[in-house]
Amino acid sequence: MARLTINGKSSEVNVDPNTPLLWAIREQVGLTGTKYGCGMALCGACTVHLDGRAVRSCVTTVSAAVGKQITTIEGLAANGALHKVQKAWVDNEVPQCGYCQAGMIMAVAALLKDKPKPTDADIDASITNICRCGTFQQVREAIHAAAKA
Amino acid sequence: MITKAPKVGRRSFIIGSAAVGAGLALGLKIPFGTSVVRAQDGSPEINAWIVIRPDDTVVVRIARSEMGQGTLTGLAQMAAEELECDWSKVTTEYPTPGQSVARKRVWGNFSTGGSRGIRESNEYVRKGGATARVMLVQAAADTWKVPASECSAANSVITHKPSGRTTTYGKVAEAAAKLTPPAEVALKDPKEWKLIGKSVKRLDTIGKVTGAQVYGADLKLPGMLNAAIKDCPVFGGKVKSFEADKVKSMPGVRHVVQVGDSAVAVVADTWWQAKTALDALPIAWDEGPNKQVSSATIAEMLKAGLDADQAFVRTQVGDVKSAIAGAAKKVEAVYAYPFQNHAPMEPMNATAKYTADKCEVWVPTQNGEAAFAATLAASGLPAEKCEVYKIHLGGGFGRRGAFHDYVTQAVLIAKQVPGTPVKLLWTREEDMTHGRYHPVMQAKLTGGLDASGNLVGLHLRLSGQSILAAVFPQNLQDGRDNATFQGLDPSGDFTLGYTVPNLLIDHAMRNTHVPPGFWRGVNINQNAIFLECFLDELAKASGQDALEFRRKLMSKHPKHLAVLNAVADRAGWGKPAPQGVYRGLAQMMAFGSYVAACAEISVSGDKVKVRRIVCATDPGYAVNPAQIERQIAGSFVYGLSALFMEECTVKDGRIEQTNFHNYDSMRIAQMPKVESIIMPSGGFWGGVGEPTICVAAPAVMNAYFAATGKRIRTFPLKNHGIQMV
Repeated sequence: MARLTINGKSSEVNVDPNTPLLWAIREQVGLTGTKYGCGMALCGACTVHLDGRAVRSCVTTVSAAVGKQITTIEGLAANGALHKVQKAWVDNEVPQCGYCQAGMIMAVAALLKDKPKPTDADIDASITNICRCGTFQQVREAIHAAAKA
Repeated sequence: MITKAPKVGRRSFIIGSAAVGAGLALGLKIPFGTSVVRAQDGSPEINAWIVIRPDDTVVVRIARSEMGQGTLTGLAQMAAEELECDWSKVTTEYPTPGQSVARKRVWGNFSTGGSRGIRESNEYVRKGGATARVMLVQAAADTWKVPASECSAANSVITHKPSGRTTTYGKVAEAAAKLTPPAEVALKDPKEWKLIGKSVKRLDTIGKVTGAQVYGADLKLPGMLNAAIKDCPVFGGKVKSFEADKVKSMPGVRHVVQVGDSAVAVVADTWWQAKTALDALPIAWDEGPNKQVSSATIAEMLKAGLDADQAFVRTQVGDVKSAIAGAAKKVEAVYAYPFQNHAPMEPMNATAKYTADKCEVWVPTQNGEAAFAATLAASGLPAEKCEVYKIHLGGGFGRRGAFHDYVTQAVLIAKQVPGTPVKLLWTREEDMTHGRYHPVMQAKLTGGLDASGNLVGLHLRLSGQSILAAVFPQNLQDGRDNATFQGLDPSGDFTLGYTVPNLLIDHAMRNTHVPPGFWRGVNINQNAIFLECFLDELAKASGQDALEFRRKLMSKHPKHLAVLNAVADRAGWGKPAPQGVYRGLAQMMAFGSYVAACAEISVSGDKVKVRRIVCATDPGYAVNPAQIERQIAGSFVYGLSALFMEECTVKDGRIEQTNFHNYDSMRIAQMPKVESIIMPSGGFWGGVGEPTICVAAPAVMNAYFAATGKRIRTFPLKNHGIQMV
């Protein structure tokens, strides 16, 4: 048993504390916007925020997340309004299949928190998510658009 | 095809919502006696393609699958163009394969591969919209008791011009649905199109940025259990034994089951529990006859095919042997292309529920009908007792089209847990090691140049794996796999763009135990590298500019030449490049479209930076240019990831690569600037999702030669220590 705070709500999860946070979020709490892609922190599809910092939830244990504020893609929009990154994603029509995009958006939202006006080099260094559809050109445009918003 | 079938009446049927995960409450009984076919919410079908709700919402039925390529939006544009409806009120839904079978395949082909969504269904989808418009107008005219010819429709509003009366589609839909459809409808002249050719926004974006979009891996059903699976690591091997008792008491574990001859699954309350128990489960494999096979033994077999006497001939013009023997200069090169995995971001999965009376499957698939066929075969139930619900795909790229091994597995598991839905999800490792791989291929190219540097003879010998022999042997022609020659054909959708007086193109088929599949672009990936890199080798050997050398061979191929000229002009071919930047060209025709690229790269030691690629495509008609641009840029990510990083090697009969650490994929830092020139010349329908993928790699390789003077002929480039930065 562990108590997690996800998107401001407290949830009791009945799992081994070594269970990856990803699977507690998906299977215990039922929030499936956070995706499984590799299980080895390689692709970033599972990216969530832990106390505002982007982490790869497939290699973050439940026990490491206890007592921290967890934010998933479902909790990014505040008061029914899309986060500026989500809005830029819609305006620039970034997603293709969309499977990696929740993780990509979470990674970008964390980047913009640290660096509100990231350069291309900042983007290259910090956004390392895999997208097999290849949306990177639109991702970059949308990041700059979100930074201006 | 839609003119008769819709009025089936007197039957009950169901329609699955496009957002299948949202409700899953499927099914609506049609009251006995009506002739109007109704959608799930009771709204009338005008015909099989078009449902109109009282609030004027237009539901366009889409048989093809959306996997990111935009076909849901593009096909809806086609129907809406002819329907003359308000685009802001358009939504889409998937008909199910079971309904399609019950209605004599009224929606045609479900297969979503080969870039065929729009190019093969545009006509009947447009007719679906046009037929509905005619019926809606007729219904309004009947209400007003005026001739339909005095009425017109625009933006979902019908107007009787003489009286000025208006009504909306939603108001007359009930009446329209009762009418007999016209036998023939005229389609608009392309010059009259208002919606086709416009970059309208995709219909499916919002759920993908909020986490609401449900993928197969996300599906939840009441009482559902979760399964993880291991198939024999050696293709063709079997399960010898497994010790279920060792894991049965682990948390959440419900069942440990054998799946067919070759796999074992653990079924548990959650997937993480199933996977954890499966990792702990001792399994002994009978690895079978292929356990000695390695990449080296496969390469040897292919190498022997390069000079084999027997080969399937696709094109033979003149006398190549004599032409090359008599040439002033002979150029020869051997190229090789590896196995590659699709690696869509969403690993393979399917959910199945089985009882003796019904087998239902929920699956992200590129071909609902093929998934349906797999469901029938695995369940042993007849078609009327099976149904498949398509779910949005987390990438497809060809892995989820012709192959439904994961559906078979899910049904075989569900049969052992009757009445309980079971979701099977593969690990990334299972996905990497049990793919349907891009076929392995070598090529030997021999060219003869005369004293003036003209290409007088070319022999292109392919040696390697046939996809059709493994997947659709019925499509072989006297044993020959024509798909192997994509981009090298004498005519059709994959026409070679060069005229060579003496030409021989043939294939020594060398099949392996590694299952091959259709991988985005299929055989154009390697054929474009072989042909277009060798063309540069010939140009170099003859002392000619790569563009001028090609142009001389292309006078009879004006559409090929037009896209090549377009990229050369835009990129500034022939003008000095910026300091340290080198250019390369490539062109091809594939899936009905003409494509070309000019790449600009810089090289620093082992590091290659692809800075910019100018790409041109002539797909005949461009339905949604903004989405075409995205497909071009995306195809380059897939193609360049393959060129630089991706290879599946075989050792002890199994695939060695297991995850993205040893099968890598491009990141944003490596993304070149992609400039697209969309130049539809009209009169034909070419594909979009795949064609451009094949020109990225040879354009980059030709630029690499320009930069370094080194010609690399085996891939991926990581094997040469070359890094993409």
